[in-house]
Amino acid sequence: MNMHLPTPRLAGPAQAEPAIVLEGVTKFYGGFRALNHVDLEVARGETVIICGPSGSGKSTLIRCLNRIETHDRGRIVVNGHELTDALKDIAAVRREVGMVFQSFNLFPHLTILENCMLAPVQARGISRREARETAMHFLSKVRIPDQAGKYPGQLSGGQQQRVAIARALCMRPQVMLFDEPTSALDPEMVKEVLDTMVGLAGEGMTMVCVTHEMGFAREVADRVVFMDKGAVVEQDTPERFFSAPASERAREFLRQVIH
Amino acid sequence: MFTVLFDQGSDGRMYGVWLLSGLGWTLSLAFFGWWLAFAIGLVVGIGRTVENRTIAILSRVYVEVFRNIPVLVQMFLWYFVVPELLPASLGTWIKQMPPPWGAFFPALVCLSFYTAARVAEQVRAGLEALPAGQREAAAALGLTERRTYWLVLVPQALRLIVPSLTSEVMGIYKNTSVALTIGLLELTAEARQISEETFQTFAAFGAATIIYLMLALAAYQLMSWIDERARIPGTAPPARRKSLRLLARRLPEGASP
Repeated sequence: MNMHLPTPRLAGPAQAEPAIVLEGVTKFYGGFRALNHVDLEVARGETVIICGPSGSGKSTLIRCLNRIETHDRGRIVVNGHELTDALKDIAAVRREVGMVFQSFNLFPHLTILENCMLAPVQARGISRREARETAMHFLSKVRIPDQAGKYPGQLSGGQQQRVAIARALCMRPQVMLFDEPTSALDPEMVKEVLDTMVGLAGEGMTMVCVTHEMGFAREVADRVVFMDKGAVVEQDTPERFFSAPASERAREFLRQVIH
Repeated sequence: MFTVLFDQGSDGRMYGVWLLSGLGWTLSLAFFGWWLAFAIGLVVGIGRTVENRTIAILSRVYVEVFRNIPVLVQMFLWYFVVPELLPASLGTWIKQMPPPWGAFFPALVCLSFYTAARVAEQVRAGLEALPAGQREAAAALGLTERRTYWLVLVPQALRLIVPSLTSEVMGIYKNTSVALTIGLLELTAEARQISEETFQTFAAFGAATIIYLMLALAAYQLMSWIDERARIPGTAPPARRKSLRLLARRLPEGASP
């Protein structure tokens, strides 16, 4: 009954256009159907959590949203730009969309500050001074301004992931994508990263997050999207998804994830 | 036994000076050849890894051609064959270049093109050893492919391959001796001339050998120093004693856990 909710948070006309629209998105890896006719909308300011068993296509889906992976069929529209081969300047779209990876992917040969300044200076053409101020602002926000002069290899995993978040924010993105941001972390470092993301969601950032952290999902999600075998099986508010999942597959998944 | 080096040769200069003059040509050839090879090799090596198929294929062809023809044959091709293939006026101009240059330039082109093919393979290996996440992160930040290479991938790849580039530096330096076959009076050629004039074969080639060895060692030390200086903080292995480091094989750094 609650399988397909309309997007929950809608405000004035400026926000009427959704940040992300997917229509019938299908992707193959050879003969394997990684995504199967996915329809999804993300409104501006919304926090959407994508969960599901491994191999369900969650990561593939989120990687299609900034065209690190290309889809084979259907439409993806991000910030009003349709992602197709004909798109001239994919880099311009990516500048509006921040991404945080499971394995941090900081640039090890650059200091923390340089990591945060590189793209604003080189891809946005912002002055070094302004980029430095922005970088320090966001490094303070993720609570590691004192590490600015260090190299990624000198930081803990949790610190590195917070830097990765700051680095993405320095581009002042409209949308943030998180691809299992805490899966590579030691357990004691998960919280510091999740806290940062909770803060971000609270500020109204549009977020799409693939995660297994169900407590986090319950806390910040406007909507939980459950995927299996490349398809969206159900989507609902976290309250309803966690208390009364509609599908047997979601119930099975929750039994295994929540101990 | 090396006293012969202080004897006067047929042109009035000491044999030692002959060797030093040969050394000068060897070093010039190696030095300029190396920087050309490095520049070409960097471009071709990057070319092998880019998405553009045409560039990738052309780079592949370059590597296979120049890596798989023996240096000696390439030397003859550049010296004897290429001037004949060029338009007559240009070919004649090349053939009429005054003595040392007429051999030096073909040798320079030959050695740098050959070494570039080898450098390109090292560069490619370095780029391919980087985690895919580096390229993805740069793309996700909106960097263009060109800037991704220049700012993110190449700086890391070059650090990884400093040890293998060391062998290429030594390789081009040793291969300069092939230039004697087209008449360049580099170190080996001078040693042979001394030996022919004095019949002191052992002394002449012994001296040349020592010079080659000492310079190879110097090149090695220089590259080790560069390796040390370029190492990224936070990825450095614990400091080892120098003697151990000479034997240590460097593992590629897996940047992400």
